[in-house]
Amino acid sequence: MSTPGTPRLPVRGGDRKPARVRPYSLTGGRTRFGHVLLVETFVAAIEAPEERKELENGSLSTRVVPELRAIVELCRRMRTVAEISALMRMPLGVVRVLLSDLADQGKIRVYGTGHGPRQPDRALLERVLSGLRRL
Amino acid sequence: MRPWQEDRTRVPIATKIVIAGGFGVGKTTMVGTISEIEPLQTEALMTEASEGTDDLTATPEKHTTTVAMDYGRVTLDDDLVLYLFGTPGQQRFWFMWDDLVRGAIGAVVLADTRRLKDCFPALDYFESSGLPYVVAVNHFDGSSEFDAEDVRDALTVPAHIPVMIMDARRRLPVIETLLALVGHALDATPE
Repeated sequence: MSTPGTPRLPVRGGDRKPARVRPYSLTGGRTRFGHVLLVETFVAAIEAPEERKELENGSLSTRVVPELRAIVELCRRMRTVAEISALMRMPLGVVRVLLSDLADQGKIRVYGTGHGPRQPDRALLERVLSGLRRL
Repeated sequence: MRPWQEDRTRVPIATKIVIAGGFGVGKTTMVGTISEIEPLQTEALMTEASEGTDDLTATPEKHTTTVAMDYGRVTLDDDLVLYLFGTPGQQRFWFMWDDLVRGAIGAVVLADTRRLKDCFPALDYFESSGLPYVVAVNHFDGSSEFDAEDVRDALTVPAHIPVMIMDARRRLPVIETLLALVGHALDATPE
């Protein structure tokens, strides 16, 4: 609770309108993302070699901050969300937001985990068992 | 480099197992013993749920903390990868676990008999969440030998849940622990 006299900060989401300008900071405080990005979700860059120039004079909403560019660079190979977080030395939550942005912009593709969002079914567990036995 | 890392046409299946337990119990060691890559550390930046205060005028640093997670990988087949996540077992990080355990095969609760209480929060969590788990006692040099059944009694772990004594530094016991967990998860999954 704030005490009388202290300046009050605006409440995030209090009068939210659809955000047109982003990214206005690394995370912009956003925690919602349209993509399911679990720690083990695979993502990879969508190859678009001619896009560089276009990006450099892009508008604010599409301008690539260095972090985003570095993530796209990492994603030339199939990566997981956790791996990107570790290699970028960025907290998971931040990486998720950035990946979500990149996916929205068509820079990366979210490949998922190859199975449903729930616990693996019996067939998959059997495969994991045999895989572990072969180690 | 594994083939699945470059072939976009055949995206592998990603599975994960969570390694939980108290500080210094051997989570990092266990992940490192089995991982085919140098284990990576990823951080989750979180705001501590501070009770009774909503004071936004205070410095934000006061309320945020980073929690390190160890991350390892084992390729099990051309198109099947297992990820291991070693994660802190403190109660105040539970909300982070909810996110982490989504879609997981299950969890290994690592215990040290010299500090058995440290694994209680993790046990409580997995018991209530319904995620399959096994208990693995990481045997440290110089700690007393206890039977798995003594540990089971002390932890009041039901009979159908595997409790094993292992050594997180050795590959075979780590594989056996993971096998026990996946087997247990299979038993718990309806046909």
